[in-house]
Amino acid sequence: MGGRDATMVLLDENGIRCDGRKVDEPRRIMIKAGGLKNADGSAYIEFGDNKILVGVFGPRDVHPKHMSNTDTGILRVRYHMEPFSVGERKNPAPSRREIEISKVIKEALEPAVMLEKFPRTAVDVFIEILQADGGTRCAALTAASVALADAGIPMRDMVAAIAAGKVADTVILDVNNEEDQAGQADMPIGYMPGLKKITLLQLDGVLTPEEYKKCVDVGVKGCELVYELQKKALHDKYFGNRGD
Amino acid sequence: MADKRKYVIPGDVITSGPFRPEQNVVLEGNNIVATAVGISEIYEDSVKVIPLTGKYIPKINDLVIGKVISHTSLSWELDVNSCYVGFLPAQDVFGRDFSTHADELSSKLKTGDLVAARIANFDRTRDPLVTISDRDLGKIDDGVLVKISPSKVPRLIGKKGSMIQMIEMATNAAVTIGQNGWVVISCETEEGLSKAKRAVEMVNEKAHIANLTDLIKDMLDGKDES
Repeated sequence: MGGRDATMVLLDENGIRCDGRKVDEPRRIMIKAGGLKNADGSAYIEFGDNKILVGVFGPRDVHPKHMSNTDTGILRVRYHMEPFSVGERKNPAPSRREIEISKVIKEALEPAVMLEKFPRTAVDVFIEILQADGGTRCAALTAASVALADAGIPMRDMVAAIAAGKVADTVILDVNNEEDQAGQADMPIGYMPGLKKITLLQLDGVLTPEEYKKCVDVGVKGCELVYELQKKALHDKYFGNRGD
Repeated sequence: MADKRKYVIPGDVITSGPFRPEQNVVLEGNNIVATAVGISEIYEDSVKVIPLTGKYIPKINDLVIGKVISHTSLSWELDVNSCYVGFLPAQDVFGRDFSTHADELSSKLKTGDLVAARIANFDRTRDPLVTISDRDLGKIDDGVLVKISPSKVPRLIGKKGSMIQMIEMATNAAVTIGQNGWVVISCETEEGLSKAKRAVEMVNEKAHIANLTDLIKDMLDGKDES
């Protein structure tokens, strides 16, 4: 919450936000599938000023053995912020926040990944936040889904994610760092576009029932935009010069 | 046979209707949905996706190349480039009258040996059971091991074995392809060996190129002239 600029205008009279975007405009998003040679699957995402690298291993043996499940495979997710990812150096040891986000991302991916096909194995997802600027959990979830597809893990659908929120009493899409700090609400949404199902929904702030519904609608539309970019990233890697 | 081929990613609806879902597809309501990145193929009554990425998952009757990683007094364990280890019981090698006292397992197969094996049984409750008691199976004595991506094995074999036959004919090499992405090449001449190895590696790197067969042919022929 520190470093808040009291004079900053979050939304001006023309409906333009502090970084020049319109209310329903996401930041610039770039996704690249692959890139890491030693991981079974990987992805890199630039989501505005967020820069995130994801590596996926598996299915592989579970160590320690007692964690394995004879009925299904298990998914393990580590969300980690680099010490240089934020303004002031972050202690590289996993913080309470990172442990929670790891769990939240894991649970958002689980409905999509068909782990029951690989009993007694584990799929490991490693998420490294190289640079953070608000909305890292959404960007990380988006990239993790691409990396899982790149690793060839069977999935019912991709998971796309983006945040909706409220600043200056207006519902907006894709909350950035300033809007998260000074705004009224932040709602990260994870969505499976093919199945039309929400896998992640959190809310920090206060919304009226109407605003809540609008936020979900705006978020789901945003996820569909993100999904198109995920699709493009995978098509570029696998079908690049072959057209469609 | 396969008419509508499409490039798909997980979650893409391939078709809807009364089709049987086969590899890498699931039935969601009335729609057939892809679960992997790959090429979808619609047959008369079934739909499947040929994956372009992913690890090797054992399938019954697959020929695989395995490496002995350890043995107990009753069985060997084989690394078959999968998330599961292959289980080769001693009876399979010594026959029915195998006795733990009289027969020493390391006399037949030692750690590090390569074997051509077939997946005899595999279900989700146990590790895959492999067998080497069949023609063309057993310990591999000579040749070099080349590791390629398991998803590119069908490309290396080619339509009705066309690609691999071409490589074998041009180099006089014997190529054993395991479905798990491990390939053993043996050849009497040093030149044929290195050329066959190059060809296999080329298929692995350039599996997505449409006229790969011509490219490989050029490479094989080109070397012949020089």
